[in-house]
Amino acid sequence: MTESAHTSDRPVAAAQPLPGRRSRRARVWRVLRKAPPTAWFGLIVIGLYLFVAVGAPWLAPYPESELVGGAFEPWGGQFLLGTDQLGRDMLSRLIYGARNTVGIAFLTTMLSFLLGGGLGLMAAISGGWLDQVLGRAVDVLMSIPQLIFALVLLSILGSSIVNLIVVIAVLDSTRVFRLSRSVAQGVVVMDYVEAARLRGEKLPWIMRREILPNIMPPLVAEFGLRFCFVFLTISALSFLGLGIKPPTADWGSMVRDNAALITYGDVTPLLPAGAIALLTVAVNFVVDWFLHKTSGLRE
Amino acid sequence: MNETAKSSRGARTKGDVLLEIRNLQIEGESDEVWQPIVRGVDLTLKRGEVLGLIGESGAGKSTIGLAAMGYARGGCRISGGSVVFDGIDLLTASDETRRKLRGTRIAYVAQSAAASFNPAHRLLEQTIEAELREGFRTKAEAEKDAIELYHRLRLPNPEEIGFRYPHQVSGGQLQRAMTAMAMTCRPDLIIFDEPTTALDVTTQVEVLAAIRDIVEQFHTAAIYITHDLAVVAQMADRIKVLRYGKSVEEAPTREMLTSPREEYTRSLWSVRKLGKQEQPGGEPILQVKNVTAAYGNAVRVLSDVTVTVPRGRTVAVVGESGSGKSTLARVITGLLPPIEGQIIFNGKALPRALKERNADTLRRIQMIYQMPDTALNPRQTVYEVIGRPIEFYRGLTGAKKEARISELMKLIEMDDSYVDRFPGELSGGQKQRICIARALAAEPELIICDEVTSALDQIVQEGILQLLMRLQRELGVSYLFITHDIATVRAISDEIVVMFQGRVVQQGPKTQVLSPPHPPYTELLLSSVPEMDPDWLTNLLARRKAQPEAMKAGDR
Repeated sequence: MTESAHTSDRPVAAAQPLPGRRSRRARVWRVLRKAPPTAWFGLIVIGLYLFVAVGAPWLAPYPESELVGGAFEPWGGQFLLGTDQLGRDMLSRLIYGARNTVGIAFLTTMLSFLLGGGLGLMAAISGGWLDQVLGRAVDVLMSIPQLIFALVLLSILGSSIVNLIVVIAVLDSTRVFRLSRSVAQGVVVMDYVEAARLRGEKLPWIMRREILPNIMPPLVAEFGLRFCFVFLTISALSFLGLGIKPPTADWGSMVRDNAALITYGDVTPLLPAGAIALLTVAVNFVVDWFLHKTSGLRE
Repeated sequence: MNETAKSSRGARTKGDVLLEIRNLQIEGESDEVWQPIVRGVDLTLKRGEVLGLIGESGAGKSTIGLAAMGYARGGCRISGGSVVFDGIDLLTASDETRRKLRGTRIAYVAQSAAASFNPAHRLLEQTIEAELREGFRTKAEAEKDAIELYHRLRLPNPEEIGFRYPHQVSGGQLQRAMTAMAMTCRPDLIIFDEPTTALDVTTQVEVLAAIRDIVEQFHTAAIYITHDLAVVAQMADRIKVLRYGKSVEEAPTREMLTSPREEYTRSLWSVRKLGKQEQPGGEPILQVKNVTAAYGNAVRVLSDVTVTVPRGRTVAVVGESGSGKSTLARVITGLLPPIEGQIIFNGKALPRALKERNADTLRRIQMIYQMPDTALNPRQTVYEVIGRPIEFYRGLTGAKKEARISELMKLIEMDDSYVDRFPGELSGGQKQRICIARALAAEPELIICDEVTSALDQIVQEGILQLLMRLQRELGVSYLFITHDIATVRAISDEIVVMFQGRVVQQGPKTQVLSPPHPPYTELLLSSVPEMDPDWLTNLLARRKAQPEAMKAGDR
C-alpha cells in the first residue's frame, strides 16, 4: 500500500538517495540486525551445534567408543554426565553424537534437496517426456512404504554410512521432487522466464537465477521439516539394526540403550532426546523467520 | 419490489440523499506501519444518481467504493469519518446489520467477473443466491426474475444462459451476468468497480449500454469507478476526481468535461492528445509471409498472415483479444514455430524455432510485455535485470557493465540510485521503463511491444509512449506495437494492421486506415472506442440501430 508514495511515473530523484551499491555483506547484516530474538536464538543454537560437531575430537574429554568406567556411573566427578550401559562417557558420546547424527541428517537432507529439487525444476521447465519419465519414476518409488523400502535396500547394499545417506536421500527426494516441481510450475509460466528463454539462456541459468529464488520459501520450510524427519528415520533404522552401527555414537540409539535408567529417576537418557528437540526447535525458529522475511519482501 | 413501475418514467429523477460520506479516512498497513490511503473524502449521492469516481491507481477509488458498503479490505481499516446510508451509519452499525444490507440494498460489481464467479456453479444459481438467502422470493420466482434481468441486459439466449458455467460464456456476458446478480434484490445502490476495464472495446460498448439502461430503468443509484474518462463521461451524472486519497474536484459531467478547474484534471484530459506525424516506410526489416500457426492440433490461431515492418518505423497491430495479435508475436520470436509461411528478418529467413536461432539473432529482436509485474523477476534487482543482457550478449563485466547500465538508466530517464531496488519497490510505470531498458540493453533492431501500456494509468501511459517515440528517433529502432487501444495507435504508429479472428483484415499507412471508408470490422472497432463526448454512447447506439449490419461482430 505504498503506491501513493510514487504513483507519478515522472522520474524524480529518489526520495532517499542510496549511497552507492549496497554490498552483499552489508545487506545480510541489515537483515540480521532486524531479526527477532527467536531467530537469534535459533541461529546461535545451530551455530553451537556446528561448533560442537566440528570440534568433537578436541572438546570431548574421552574417546567416542572406549570403555572408560563401569556401567551406569552417576553424574559428577570423573564423568560429568555419568557413563552408559557399557561404561562409555556420556558427555563424550553426546558430543560425538552431534557430529554423527546431525552431520548425517544434514548431508542426507542436502542431498535429497539437490536431487529432488534439481530434477523437479528440470521437469517443470522442460515438461514433455522428461517430466513424464521422472514423474512416473517418483510414483513408483513413493508407492512402496519408505521404511520398508529403506530396510530392503540397506540389507541388499549393506548398511555403511554412505549407503545410509544415499538410500534415505533418494527416498526422501521423491517428496522434494513433487513439491519443487509443483511450485516451479507456477513460476515457469511467468513472462520473465519467457524473457530469459528469448534471450537464449540455458537451462541451469533459468533454474538457478530465474526460478529458484522465487520458490525458496516453500523449499526452505520443507527443508526444516525434512531435516527433522530424517532424524526419525535414522533412529528407526538404528533401532532395527540397519542404521548407524553400534560403537558409533548416535542420539537415537543412545536414548534406546539407556532408556531403562528413567525408571530409576535418572534423566540421562533424556539428554540425547533433548539435544534432538532443541535442534529441531532452533531449526524451525530460523525457518519461520526466513519465511516471514521472504513473504514480506513484496511490500 | 415495485421498482419496475418506476422504470416507465424513463427520465431519471433525483430524489433525496441516499448515501452521505463525511471526512472518510482509511489507512492501510505496510511493514507494520499504518499509512493513510484515503484522507478526508466527502461524498453525497442522491437516489437514482450515478456518480463517477476517477483517478489513477492508488488514488483510493476502489477503497472508497468498498467503504460505501462499510467494508475495508484486509490490511486496511477505516480510521475516521462517517458513512451514512439511508439514515444508517454503516461504520457504527453491527456486523449483522451491515451483512443484511449488502447484497440486498447495496450491491457490488467487481472488475474481473471471471475471478468473482465460482467456477463450480451455474450462473443462475449464483445470480439468485443472495435473494434466496434473505428469503425474499421462492426459487421459481427468483429464477424467473433472473431470466427477465438477463433479457433486459440483452444477454444472448436469456432463457438458457443461466444454466451455463462461468467458463462457458464470454467475458462481456459474464460481466452482464454479474450486473444481473447485483440487480436481483433491486438494491438502492450499486458500486461498479471498473466493470469494463478488462474487456475489449467492442464488448465494452455492449456492457456499458446494458448497465446504463438497467440502472436507469430501476432508478438505482450507482458509484461508477474507472480510470477511463471517456467511459465515465457516458455513465455518470456527476464526476469526482481523486488523487492521493483526496478529492481534487467534483462537478456535473458536462461541466467537468468542458471546463475543468484544477490543473491536475486538465492534465488528465490532455493525455489523449498525444500524436505523431506518420512517416512513409522504407526498406523492410521484418517480413512475416503467409504465416499459419496453431497451438497443438487445435483450431488455427493465425491463417495466412502477412505483415511487413519497415526499418525505423512503428507498425501497430490492432484487434480484440483472441484475434491472434499475441500469437503473431510468439511466432516472430520463435516461441511458436509456424505451420506454414516464413519470417524474413534483414533479408534472411529466420529459423522457425527458438532453439535453432543463434544468440545474435535473438539479440536483434527483443520483447516488452504487457504486465511489468510478471515480466520482471521479483527476486532480481534492477542491476541484475539490466546487467544480464549486457553481460550475455556483449560480454561486458565490472566497470564497463556498470557504465552501460548507467547509460541505459539515463536513456529511460531514471536515476542511477534505482539500480539496487527490487521490482516491488518501483511503481508500475517505473517497472515498465526497466523492461524497456532490458530490451535496449541488447541493442536490438526490432522491439515487439505487447500491449505495453494497457496495464498503466493514462498519465503514466503518456510518459511511456513519449519515451518509446524518443528512443525510436534517437536509436532508429523499429517497433511492432500490439495493442487494442486505438488512442495509442493514433499516438505512435506509422502503419496499422487490423486483425480479426486470426486474419489480417486491413493493412496500410495510419492515415489511410483511420480515414473512411472502412471495411466493416475496422468500422466496428473504430466506432467502439469511447470518446470524451457525453452523448457519444447514445449517438452510437442510435446509429447502430439504424444500420444493424455493423453490429454483427459485436455481440460476443
